[in-house]
Amino acid sequence: MARPVRFNIHPKQTDIHDNIAIAEMPDGLNGEGYFATNLEKVVALGRKNSLWPLPFATSCCGIEFMATAAATYDLARFGAERMAFTPRQCDLLMVMGTIAKKMAPIVRQVYMQMAEPRWVMAVGACASSGGIFDTYSVLQGIDQVVPVDVYVPGCPPRPEAILDGFMRIQELAGHESLRRRNSEHYKKLMGSYGIQ
Amino acid sequence: MTNETIQQKIQDKFGASVTGFEEPYGMLTFEIAADKNIELLQYLYDEPDLAFRFLTDVTVVHYPDDKGRELAVVYHLHNLVDNIRFRFKCFIDIENPEINTATVLFESANWQEREAYDFYGVIFKGHPNLKRIMNVEEMDYFPMRKEFPLEDQSRTDKDDEMFGRGGSVI
Ligand code: SF4
Repeated sequence: MARPVRFNIHPKQTDIHDNIAIAEMPDGLNGEGYFATNLEKVVALGRKNSLWPLPFATSCCGIEFMATAAATYDLARFGAERMAFTPRQCDLLMVMGTIAKKMAPIVRQVYMQMAEPRWVMAVGACASSGGIFDTYSVLQGIDQVVPVDVYVPGCPPRPEAILDGFMRIQELAGHESLRRRNSEHYKKLMGSYGIQ
Repeated sequence: MTNETIQQKIQDKFGASVTGFEEPYGMLTFEIAADKNIELLQYLYDEPDLAFRFLTDVTVVHYPDDKGRELAVVYHLHNLVDNIRFRFKCFIDIENPEINTATVLFESANWQEREAYDFYGVIFKGHPNLKRIMNVEEMDYFPMRKEFPLEDQSRTDKDDEMFGRGGSVI
């Protein structure tokens, strides 16, 4: 029997009027012809809505990421369509997949090449904790070599979960104080990983 | 050429140093004294009606209970013309895990022996570049030896019960 095929016989008209996602305006004073707010909020707005991810995809979770970036889930909606493989341009290191111990120094080096501010997302059980590979050759979580901001659980996580993780990174980026990266606390954190 | 004729030829040439002939799943298998391995490989290579000129694999097996012959180095050979395969083993002592390298005869043995060294610590005497190939260079043990647990020991915050390492889960 032939497989039933559904055609899109009732196409929806695209609704672009008043349906464009616009980032919320930060609090501030506004009046005719001017708007005043503080610098921190403007910078946070910019950072939050144009994170440039660096996908570090080493195994199966990387495939989920490809789906996340493709049309159906569309990571571009969050201002993150600009993937780059040049660490110096990127803000967000997305580690997706099993990291073998031999790979660990490379993850670390990529992280160190990124300019501040930088965020790290560990996608999937392997990147978060070694996952099912509790074995001599696999790094038991990338937080042994670089500090991680958001962990996305799952083996593999669905694209929705990756998006959720991404939105949490946006949340962090949107609320981060401009002074955080110079603080003692942050220096200590970096120091504990041996990163200057 | 059949398993019987191969066995006959090898026995005629090497006499008492070859033992334990068997044919699990139809594949000829036997054991030879560890110091005769290269001599045997050379003979198999040169002899025109044997012509085993392809070294498929060099692997190691660890038998921790077999005192004095804990490590078995296994050579798999293939005659590409007649499409016949067989394997032979050399048992060596884990206290002194040394054997002659097959790189003198087969270039392909280079990486295979490095892998065997990496995982089992077999020292191939005369190997041009015997160092780790798969694992991190800082690794200070040979992970496939039976005395080392498979699990990574560096993570202390994993719940042992969830990972099947003791606790109440059997
Ligand atoms: S968490 Fe699961 S799906 Fe993701 S890389 Fe590891 S094994 Fe693959």
